[in-house]
Amino acid sequence: MALKIVKGSIDRMFDKNLQDLVRGIRNHKEDEAKYISTCIDEIKQELKQDNIAVKANAVCKLTYLQMLGYDVSWAAFNIVEVMSSSKFTYKRIGYLAASQCFHESTDVIMLTTNQIRKDLSSPNQYDTGVALTGLSCFVTPDLARDLANDIMTLMSHTKPYIRKKAVLIMYKVFLKYPESLRPAFPRLKEKLEDPDPGVQSAAVNVICELARRNPKNYLSLAPLFFKLMTSSTNNWVLIKIIKLFGALTPLEPRLGKKLIEPLTNLIHSTSAMSLLYECVNTVIAVLISLSSGMPNHSASIQLCVQKLRILIEDSDQNLKYLGLLAMSKILKTHPKSVQSHKDLILQCLDDKDESIRLRALDLLYGMVSKKNLMEIVKKLMLHVDKAEGTTYRDELLTKIIDICSQSNYQYITNFEWYISILVELTRLEGTRHGHLIASQMLDVAIRVKAIRVFAVAQMATLLDNAHLLTGNMQRNGICEVLYAAAWICGEFSEHLENPMQTLEAMLRPKVATLPGHIQAVYVQNAAKLFATVLKSQEGNTDSTAAQETSQLMIDRLPLFVQSANLEVQERASCILQLVKYIQKLQQKDVEVAEEVTALFAGELNPVAPKAQKKVPVPEGLDLDAWINEPPSESESEDEQPKAIFAKEEPKHSRPRHTEVDEKELARRREARKQEQANNPFYIKASPSSQKVYQEAPGVEHIPVVQIDLSVPLKVPGLPMSDQYVKLEEERRQKARADKKKKEKKKRKEKHSGRGKKHDSGPESEEDIAPAHQVDIVTEEMPENALPSDDDDKDPNDPHKALDIDLDKPLADSEKLPVRSHRAAEALKSPAEDGETENAASQEPKKKSSKEKREKKKDKDRERKKSKEEKKKKKKHKHEEKEEDLLGGQADESVVQSDETSMVAEPPTSTSAEVSDLDFWLSNAPVPSNTQEAVTVAAAAEAAPEPEAPSGAAPDSEPDEPKDTEMEETKSSKHKKKKQKKEKEEKEKKKKKKHHHHHHHSDGGGEESVQNGTVEEEEPLPPMSNYCLLAENSYIKMMMEDIEQVYDIQGNLQDGSQVVVSVIFENKCDSFLKSMEFNVLDSLNSKLQRPEGSGPHDGLTVPFQLPPGVSNEARFVFTVQSIVMSQKLKGTLTFIVKNEDSSTHEKLDFKLHFTCTSYLITTPCYSDAFAKLLESGDLKGSSVRLEGVNMPFHHLLARICFHHHFSVVERIDSCASMYSRSIQGHHVCLLVKTSGQTVCIDAKCDEPTLLGNVLDEIKQTFSQC
Amino acid sequence: MIKAILIFNNHGKPRLSKFYEHYTEDTEQQIIRETFHLVSKRDENVCNFLEGGMLIGGSDYKLIYRHYATLYFVFCVDSSESELGILDLIQVFVETLDKCFENVCELDLIFHVDKVHNILAEMVMGGMVLETNMNEIITQVDAQNKMEKAETFIFQSTRQDR
Repeated sequence: MALKIVKGSIDRMFDKNLQDLVRGIRNHKEDEAKYISTCIDEIKQELKQDNIAVKANAVCKLTYLQMLGYDVSWAAFNIVEVMSSSKFTYKRIGYLAASQCFHESTDVIMLTTNQIRKDLSSPNQYDTGVALTGLSCFVTPDLARDLANDIMTLMSHTKPYIRKKAVLIMYKVFLKYPESLRPAFPRLKEKLEDPDPGVQSAAVNVICELARRNPKNYLSLAPLFFKLMTSSTNNWVLIKIIKLFGALTPLEPRLGKKLIEPLTNLIHSTSAMSLLYECVNTVIAVLISLSSGMPNHSASIQLCVQKLRILIEDSDQNLKYLGLLAMSKILKTHPKSVQSHKDLILQCLDDKDESIRLRALDLLYGMVSKKNLMEIVKKLMLHVDKAEGTTYRDELLTKIIDICSQSNYQYITNFEWYISILVELTRLEGTRHGHLIASQMLDVAIRVKAIRVFAVAQMATLLDNAHLLTGNMQRNGICEVLYAAAWICGEFSEHLENPMQTLEAMLRPKVATLPGHIQAVYVQNAAKLFATVLKSQEGNTDSTAAQETSQLMIDRLPLFVQSANLEVQERASCILQLVKYIQKLQQKDVEVAEEVTALFAGELNPVAPKAQKKVPVPEGLDLDAWINEPPSESESEDEQPKAIFAKEEPKHSRPRHTEVDEKELARRREARKQEQANNPFYIKASPSSQKVYQEAPGVEHIPVVQIDLSVPLKVPGLPMSDQYVKLEEERRQKARADKKKKEKKKRKEKHSGRGKKHDSGPESEEDIAPAHQVDIVTEEMPENALPSDDDDKDPNDPHKALDIDLDKPLADSEKLPVRSHRAAEALKSPAEDGETENAASQEPKKKSSKEKREKKKDKDRERKKSKEEKKKKKKHKHEEKEEDLLGGQADESVVQSDETSMVAEPPTSTSAEVSDLDFWLSNAPVPSNTQEAVTVAAAAEAAPEPEAPSGAAPDSEPDEPKDTEMEETKSSKHKKKKQKKEKEEKEKKKKKKHHHHHHHSDGGGEESVQNGTVEEEEPLPPMSNYCLLAENSYIKMMMEDIEQVYDIQGNLQDGSQVVVSVIFENKCDSFLKSMEFNVLDSLNSKLQRPEGSGPHDGLTVPFQLPPGVSNEARFVFTVQSIVMSQKLKGTLTFIVKNEDSSTHEKLDFKLHFTCTSYLITTPCYSDAFAKLLESGDLKGSSVRLEGVNMPFHHLLARICFHHHFSVVERIDSCASMYSRSIQGHHVCLLVKTSGQTVCIDAKCDEPTLLGNVLDEIKQTFSQC
Repeated sequence: MIKAILIFNNHGKPRLSKFYEHYTEDTEQQIIRETFHLVSKRDENVCNFLEGGMLIGGSDYKLIYRHYATLYFVFCVDSSESELGILDLIQVFVETLDKCFENVCELDLIFHVDKVHNILAEMVMGGMVLETNMNEIITQVDAQNKMEKAETFIFQSTRQDR
């Protein structure tokens, strides 16, 4: 017996350990696999033994083998055994093995739940740590659900080592079990301020990961993060926070403004490149989010670009790379600032590092101008020749095409050059991008009419030399260009010099080896060519030539009829029969050319790729309803949006009747046809559209022949783009010379030189006149086009499940599943707490104020208690921790508000937190600077109701709309009592209240933006909030409803800011540029101009308008008093630039600021509304509207829509409505209707305002 | 998030692989091979960032690597990580290894891959950076090793008793 034991232990001593295994593998290099398989057999034996040490050793070896690629899942159970060893050494081995090879479908995982729970609560911190580490790798939804509560407990562990691990692993738990996010979030937030920097960093890490996917839910944490950012010195934490802010700013531009300064400071002060880089990145993100019309941050952008330049110039390739990367982000919004560093970027193109070259390529996109495009592309072409790997070469190819084709070939002045570049690119072997080149060829040939002659000639050469391209076409994507070449030659065959030759080239037997879709195009276009050839041959008297051509077709086509490709076969058969028929006719000496050509007559026009998809269903059109019309009508439907976009929309969107009768339909149809007839972009059966182009001066007369002579067409090679660079140089010089001539003698140049038609006006370096007219259908979508493919989120994205509102109070059902009895008990109280809170928000009336006060006290007590607990360092873990959690919901927010506002009021709902955020954002000083904040807030307090009567009123007012859950529940009596009490609570309290106030007007702002929602609820006549400002033959200005983005910002001196959106639409077919918008300021309303400009300077509209395009600009006005409506006179000056002249034009307009436009749609609860009316400090007024002939809900909707009211309550034919002004005036309406009479009783604390608003309402209804 | 941490030598032999997302063993090997292929053909003085591993990630992911003597340390990360930060982290990792193994060389990693895992576990957990302070990492690693030693001692003595 004893012997056996000794033998066993000796055996064990001879067991291989990991080192032996590794050594063995290294010694068996030749037969490694065989050696390992014997080792695995040994391991299997070892695993069968009872001794845990042996098992652990075996598992350790398996972990190594797993790394080498061996499947070890068969040992999963043994791994679990080793994990559950009581010894740390083995446990660690087991958990490591599990973390390496367990995954969600490992079935033994379910056996581990209890073991892991046990380890998590082990007194040894390293047991816990190892379990957490392992769990982080193989957590499953089941494990996450079962262990969430245990891990949450660990988040408050005494040891920071455990805390930080527990915090980090929560992210994995959230991913697997999203329900845990809301209950755990308060504590997670609390950990942001953990005394241990490691824990803090972990919490930041987790929240950043969460926020990256669903940033909007974490906006309310911004103040806290801001504080961390200004206080933390840990670069890791700073980087994470700064990255997080980068994700948040697009959602909240105000946040961006606040960030700029501290970030700029960091940029200046930090020595850590990583931090500097992230700061620059986030500043860029901020600037992008602010870029819409806000005053210039040119200093910041300059700083960023400057710093990036330093990075790019650094000898460290890493910094160079990152610098370029960040530069490309700036490029999108501030191309100008990047362009000044062109030299540097071009230099990077020659870098030996491919990553850097690729990044530099990205930037090139924004570097090009008309002037340097050719030069840059030439350089790239050199790179293409030199490039060794296909990946980089393909990248170059796509970049060349991208650069050239960007914004509708804006920078291409010579399309002959571009075509020859494309042709040159076809010489690349083995590129994957043949189709890209092909589509460019097609695009250019179709859209640039003047180039067709040239393109056709080039394409014919390509077809002729097809064998060069298709050398080994099996793996060659380049043969795609033949598709384009064949089509172009066929479609524009009238430009071919020698169509017969091309026809022959297209019918060569070798064509049959091309891919099917290309053959199909060949066949079809051979038919087109055939028609052209016939036409030319029939002109001659010799009829044999024509018959020979037919014979050629009949000889060659059968090859395609036999094709395996269905498309080719079908087309070939059809055409073969057709040709046979033609031949018969020819033999009878019948002239057929005319008729054959007619088969392919008509122009094909380009259409925006998604135009049809984006067409919204027009107002009043029911697609399912039967239309009493031939089906042909449905086609014209496709084009309708264009008409709508042009000018019909404003009119049509306001039909008087919802139902449109037959006559009306017919009339509209007629109008539409008329519209289409005049629309150059509409595809018509007749080639009348050509006329439009012919009207463009001189397109047809460009003497392209000249070039053709210089092109070595007769050389069986392919053209060189370089020639065109030279030609273009000459052309430009000539143009310059012409310009001088022009100065001497006007209009002389009209007959000189080629490509002259555009050469007019001042030739500044940036707008070099293009040699060809680009006939481009701007791919405008209908104004209200549906964003069809914005939402391309992966439906399987686990983060989608984590898009959870974190600010809602916790419901009872949401608490985490708890196993242990004790814990459950401890959790009970928070659950109750949550319940009562919920009840409070849902059924406020049932609650007595007494209860409330008690509850408040309770909470206070709890809070104190939890704080004490914290001080005591939480010695009694379980109970207290659970209780701490109980405090959770209320407590954590308190922690937050403590710093931001030093107010200890139990935040009960979202509004509280949001308002905190709003307050924080709207308030310039940093939150830590409490002193200042308080004074500003106090000043602000006075602002909203400057003439409020004394007494309880000032208090009651701000109360009403805010704390709907709590304050409104009490009778006014109680309330006053409470208010007295509150008054004693110092200024702090006041300030807190003020948050709500701010919040509300702000929230309203958002509401008014979404005004459209009203429409969705009921079938209402469409309403537009655009009104025409002014219009002349050049331009049309439309004003959108005034919209206020900011409410009063804390003091009256600032007045209120309103933003006016004006839509400029170019109605003529000239280019409109240098638009300046100016308004004559009144005493009351002033246009906000950038600093440093005088009070009469105009604002430059930040865009130019090509023909037919419209764009929107926003202007900020400061308004002092809002009780009166205002009219501001303004002028718009602009330059109309067409081919041969540019004129200054002026358009006068009047901006009408109605009182209505100062109102913000603000929701109001009926009881608050009632109290407001009761309070007695509102003055009344009323108005009667006669002959209003519309349903009541339409009437209400109109008031809501046009006058920014919201319905408080509606009973039959009577409704109460509410709105408030941007300066906090309440406006209440009681609308009653009987028959055609509408009676509106109104109350407001500002009678002048009320009177004006009522007048405006009256006017609205008198118009209809 | 860090998606994977790989260490392999100049010949592409894996010395440590840690994937924070599950792949089959075959895919893992493929990823290692592909990564090695991408990284090894790069010159010494080019930047340490690399885009476009096909198997792992996609456009959001980057390979960030450092080359020390015979070993490549490669981190595959997404855009939430700071590129330079990760480079620092690799440096911290290597320095920590150097401290723990006393002049670390490839052989240490070959024979003690489990220890390397344990050290890594103190730095990165579940794909997120846990600790960047070298002293803290070493303290924790040492404490655990001490515990292990104590246990082995007891273990061995019991064995001898028997």
